[in-house]
Amino acid sequence: MNDMTFVERTVDTRQTKIAAKNVQVYYGETHAIKDVNVEIEDKTVTAFIGPSGCGKSTFLRCLNRMNDTIDICRVQGDILLDGEDIYDKRVDPVQLRAKVGMVFQKPNPFPKSIYDNVAYGPRIHGLAKNKAELDEIVEKSLRRGAIWDEVKDRLDAPGTGLSGGQQQRLCIARAVATEPEVLLMDEPCSALDPIATAQVEELIDDLRQRYSVVIVTHSMQQAARVSQKTAFFHLGNLVEFGETGQIFTNPEDPRTESYITGRIG
Amino acid sequence: MPTLWLVIALLALSALGFVLGRQRAMQSAGGDTRALHSLPIYYGLNVGLTALLPALAVLLVWLFAQPMFIENQISDMIPAELIPENSTRDLVMSDVRRVAAGLDLAVEQGALTETAAANLRAELTDVRARLGEIGVALGSDVRPEVLDAAQEYRKMTATGNTVMTIVVALLALGGLAVSYARTHKDYRARNVVEQGVLALLILAASLAILTTVGIVLSMLFETMNFFSLHQWVDFFFGTTWAPNFRGDSELSILPLLWGTLYISFIALLVAVPVGLFAAIYLSEYASNTTRSIAKPLLEILAGIPTIVYGLFALLTVGPLLAGMFAKGGLLGVEWMAGATSVLTAGVVMGIMLIPFVSSLSDDIINAVPQTMRDGSLGLGATRSETVRQVVLPAALPGIVGAVLLAASRAIGETMIVVMGAGAIAKFSLNPLESMTTITTRIVSQLTGDTDFASPETLVAFALGLTLFVLTLGLNVLALYIVRKYREQYE
Ligand SMILES: Nc1ncnc2c1ncn2[C@@H]1O[C@H](COP(=O)(O)OP(=O)(O)OP(=O)(O)O)[C@@H](O)[C@H]1O
Ligand SMILES: [Mg+2]
Repeated sequence: MNDMTFVERTVDTRQTKIAAKNVQVYYGETHAIKDVNVEIEDKTVTAFIGPSGCGKSTFLRCLNRMNDTIDICRVQGDILLDGEDIYDKRVDPVQLRAKVGMVFQKPNPFPKSIYDNVAYGPRIHGLAKNKAELDEIVEKSLRRGAIWDEVKDRLDAPGTGLSGGQQQRLCIARAVATEPEVLLMDEPCSALDPIATAQVEELIDDLRQRYSVVIVTHSMQQAARVSQKTAFFHLGNLVEFGETGQIFTNPEDPRTESYITGRIG
Repeated sequence: MPTLWLVIALLALSALGFVLGRQRAMQSAGGDTRALHSLPIYYGLNVGLTALLPALAVLLVWLFAQPMFIENQISDMIPAELIPENSTRDLVMSDVRRVAAGLDLAVEQGALTETAAANLRAELTDVRARLGEIGVALGSDVRPEVLDAAQEYRKMTATGNTVMTIVVALLALGGLAVSYARTHKDYRARNVVEQGVLALLILAASLAILTTVGIVLSMLFETMNFFSLHQWVDFFFGTTWAPNFRGDSELSILPLLWGTLYISFIALLVAVPVGLFAAIYLSEYASNTTRSIAKPLLEILAGIPTIVYGLFALLTVGPLLAGMFAKGGLLGVEWMAGATSVLTAGVVMGIMLIPFVSSLSDDIINAVPQTMRDGSLGLGATRSETVRQVVLPAALPGIVGAVLLAASRAIGETMIVVMGAGAIAKFSLNPLESMTTITTRIVSQLTGDTDFASPETLVAFALGLTLFVLTLGLNVLALYIVRKYREQYE
């Protein structure tokens, strides 16, 4: 683990963007998330790491209420966004998801043109006053998704016709286009080559200037490179949460240490 | 019933072969199944099936071919000048068959001995009376040449049956002997049985296809007969449907086609929106419990026989519409003459098609991957935005296919139209008028006393063939579209 370099960390205290308190998630009888408490800060990249099936995606999906779409899923506890409970009856999940965007584990472009894929969110939320503005948003988003150069000549081609890695970057561009305040990314780089990965990591670092980003990753190096905070999940429990440097160099829990040194996984 | 006994004997032989084959295989391996190439059951099956299948196949072909062959022979025996003025060779042949069958029956019942039956002479015995005694009614006195032909017919059938029994028995025994001799522990019985199974499946598949070809050919044949009696220009481009039996009928398909398409169009107008919205509700909005109740309920509609829908049209929808639009009705207008109308049939047919459209569309909408919906919802779209902008465009080709399938069902539907739409062939845009369709005309041209040589009857085949081509075209188009759509997510 000596090859890991850490991002220069700003010391000033940041505001809490999302606060999760005593969150429990059940799929039917399965208890998938057990009593998780976490504070996700504004203008920060938070990495979720942990072995497969430990509940990273599940917890991530709680943060923008995507779990509502799964019939058997029940969420308990409080999740506060800017101090407001997002599971409150008065909160409109549709509005919430516009603020808390998401990039999924598997690329899922719509069966539309590349342009329409990116323009989808801005159109729904009326972010562009006219076509020229929309064009601008689309171009900017595709550039931030590190895919502009590859698709700029075929914006009318179907998004489903791109390669897996290109599709994933398209999905990132699509999520960025709605200008969310929080971006949840579920293994965004699992289908990308090292160059595209570096570009996406650059994007994440760039997004940090304005938003808060939560990224699930199986790559320790990536977590170390891009994040300021790291949360380690194991079997539905949040085992350890803290400064990334702290977690990787001096973990408190023996389970965290075994995982990052490759002994459990 | 000699054939039945023959089949039973074949089955018994095959069972025996099964047991023998197994035993021999086990013996050759010294009782150790592991030394065998295949499981013992395959050796048994190999012997049993080799004894059974070729013999059975020959038996089947023989049973079809023999009567045809004999009839040809006998028919050639009857000289043309002996066929009465007002009759045809076919009619004489059917007399021959009846007499032959009657004699067979007489022998079976003991009214005649075999030799007496064989030596009957029309000049000496009143054959018609003798056969009448045992319940075989003949239309006219039996003429000597018919009796002779019938005797010849019986003789040839008897010889044929004997030869058939011998051939089939030899084939079965031969199959048994050969496959039994081959059974040995290294013999690849499993592979041979596999090939047998393959042959059986291919046979079944080709039977289904051959039947279709047969149906089309028979229709084609009669249609050609029709066009030799009636001008094709009038059939395809005429404007009047007015059959009569004076020989100057106007038989044009266009008014019927218009009625068919008009009624189908109204049916789709009812079925497509309702069915599609029901499917969207069921697959996108309904909770699991609602779906588990509503879906079977909707599908019950699909199980109702169309005649029941016809009754519904006749007794409920028709009078209801008449109560509104007919003379003295609620609206005080007189737009409708009776209870039957295009609208009545169309609406009821639409109701019939709702479950068809909804369950097909439901399957197609469910095939759209959940991740696609997640993507849209994750961007802050509402459910209906997601359905409209992502799910439906993705499912559209499949839904179009479903609608085309529904259309071809509507075009082929008969009972509802008979009971709901009336029987008048005409061109009209008014949906409250009676009209008729191709299918109902086919039924009415073929029911009652029919003479298969007049254009008024033969037109039914031309109509049927046109209908077949129409629905086949729609189905092919629908399947093509559905298949193209399937490829997208594979
Ligand atoms: N839709 C679902 N229905 C039932 N159980 C589920 C569902 N989704 C996830 N689970 C269960 O919840 C647990 C956590 O799953 P989750 O997808 O959150 O894991 P993960 O940490 O994201 O794993 P990975 O790294 O492989 O993506 C697993 O045991 C899984 O079986
Ligand atoms: Mg996951």
